[in-house]
Amino acid sequence: MKWLRAQLFSNWWSTLATLAILWLAWKALPPFVEWAFVDAVWRAADPRECRAPGAGACWAFIWEKHRFILFGTYPYGQHWRPAAATVLLISLWVFSSFRYSWKWWLPALWAAGLALIAVLMWGGTLGLPYVENERWGGLILTLLLASAGIAFAFPLSILLALGRRSGLPVVRAACAGYIELIRGVPLISVLFMASVMLPLFLPAGVTIDKLLRAQLALVLFAAAYLAEVVRGGLQAMPRHQEETADALGFSWWGKMRLVILPQALRLSIPPLVNTFIGFFKDTSLVLIIGLFDLLSTIKVSLQDPAWSGFGAEAYLFACLVYFAFCYAMSAYSRRLERGGAPRLLAQS
Amino acid sequence: MTRRARGLLVQAALAAALLLGLGYLAWNTAQNLEARKIASGFAYLWREAGFEIGETGFFAYNAADSYLRALAIGLSNTLRVAAIGVVLATALGTLLGLARLGPNLLLSKLAGAYVEVLRNIPLLVQLFFWYVLISENLPAPAAALNPLPGVFLSNRGIFFPLPGDAPVLSGFNFTGGGALSPEFAALLTGLVTYTAAFIAEIVRAGVLSVPRGQVEAARSLGLGRGDTLRRVVLPQALRLIVPPLTSQYLNLTKNSSLAVAIGYPDLVSIANTAMNQTGQAIEGVASIMAVFLTISLSISAFMGWYNRRVALRGLAR
Repeated sequence: MKWLRAQLFSNWWSTLATLAILWLAWKALPPFVEWAFVDAVWRAADPRECRAPGAGACWAFIWEKHRFILFGTYPYGQHWRPAAATVLLISLWVFSSFRYSWKWWLPALWAAGLALIAVLMWGGTLGLPYVENERWGGLILTLLLASAGIAFAFPLSILLALGRRSGLPVVRAACAGYIELIRGVPLISVLFMASVMLPLFLPAGVTIDKLLRAQLALVLFAAAYLAEVVRGGLQAMPRHQEETADALGFSWWGKMRLVILPQALRLSIPPLVNTFIGFFKDTSLVLIIGLFDLLSTIKVSLQDPAWSGFGAEAYLFACLVYFAFCYAMSAYSRRLERGGAPRLLAQS
Repeated sequence: MTRRARGLLVQAALAAALLLGLGYLAWNTAQNLEARKIASGFAYLWREAGFEIGETGFFAYNAADSYLRALAIGLSNTLRVAAIGVVLATALGTLLGLARLGPNLLLSKLAGAYVEVLRNIPLLVQLFFWYVLISENLPAPAAALNPLPGVFLSNRGIFFPLPGDAPVLSGFNFTGGGALSPEFAALLTGLVTYTAAFIAEIVRAGVLSVPRGQVEAARSLGLGRGDTLRRVVLPQALRLIVPPLTSQYLNLTKNSSLAVAIGYPDLVSIANTAMNQTGQAIEGVASIMAVFLTISLSISAFMGWYNRRVALRGLAR
């Protein structure tokens, strides 16, 4: 009782706020629960069941469209391939989150994993029919854009960050100019650049398909933001580390590779995870240039006239999926900030 | 080779590579433009745009006006939603940040949950959600919700009274008073609620950075809770709050470009229409980038000036 009083009714304002919240919850929660659960239509053979008077949320819509939402226009009989690729990719991420896996072989494992995913998705060998990447879509596309984006942007960002701190004025100006340019403009303008300007940049006869163009834009965009995070890690390094390395006669590359970067990158892991969450959310923008990512397949599902009008359900579902991924990552990042990654095996 | 000579060589090589690369792209582009018979240059800005714009703010515009005027209307729409959004997001974010630190457990948990949920969902998803909520799930004007006297929520937009001018239902829609289109209302709601979650965290970190002794000293001098916050904590916290806050303002402005996805005629969506009509993609993207870069650079210049002003003497860097 005393605890409750201290927490909720310590003064007039606090009491007022508590009462207001309770009143709002009393007014809003029961109708919401009724709509979302009690009266909801979970499975329906016919959309008319959802339109019956008194029907709540139409989750049957999600069930009806779940294959398209998850896999886009990938050939129906081959859906196990993107499904397997999705599981593989998520497992790779989960595995990489354990400190135990932060070894020299992790990049090699990723290369192998991504190669396997490429075989699964494209096919054309091992008896798998070829599927051109115009037909890829849904969750795997979102995950691939984010994963491959980071995989290529990260090395580029290290170079940019080193360049921005370099003693050579031309190198420094080029890197700083690039980083500030990209960070100063919205992602959508970089995506427009890739989707409408890039074809003009290429020599006649050379074309890059839409997916790769979007991927390129995402890599260029992410690299600028990651570079600033890496630069933060570099700046946090005590000066004597560099001076000691110089005194020991390391070359510039040797000094960076063996002394500075291993320590600086470790320092920047928590902000790197946060940048990655932002980047994962940003991949949803490819919808605007017409790629079939998860958000796009959900939006397109709504265009089926038989099932139109269930936008609230569809986007709540989208919120739920994105939230699950981002929340897992931000919980992980908080854990890193508190004291290191979870260990896979108990180590001394 | 000496270190200095090697440095010069590396720089010369980089400069040459960049120039050659850019030159190659420019040459390709010129060839492609010629082959596809696409005009170049900004002369198109003075030609007739030929499309209508849904909302033009305070300015007059019709389809016979030039592309330049259409783009200017787009820019004014961007600035309008960004300016209102910045004010509202700051207010909501500050309240949320303080609520999280306040003595009321229910309120602080609720504010924490708000921040956690909103930050972890892409803004674009939230914009679509608000947009269908307003345009599909609100009733038609005839049955509009009326939460406050004179304020009407309907699927045709949000209507509110102005001094001496209240909205009235006439025919199928409201006339008079102030009105927000569904697109503007969805964009503004999405930008404000999303950015407020980030601002709340910034405010919280700023307030927490003020040493406890400051609060205790203020309280023992007889200042009340409100005065302590207003006169002692916030002025000190602001020094830490302002730099990340300005970058949130910048993010909000850049994020307003997502308007193109829900059909609010901001600069990006007008430039997009213009690009589709004229095929002059380079000029279109370049003008979007130039405008946003100008905004970014002026905001960072302002931030630098402000930082120097609030910096403690002796700590100024």
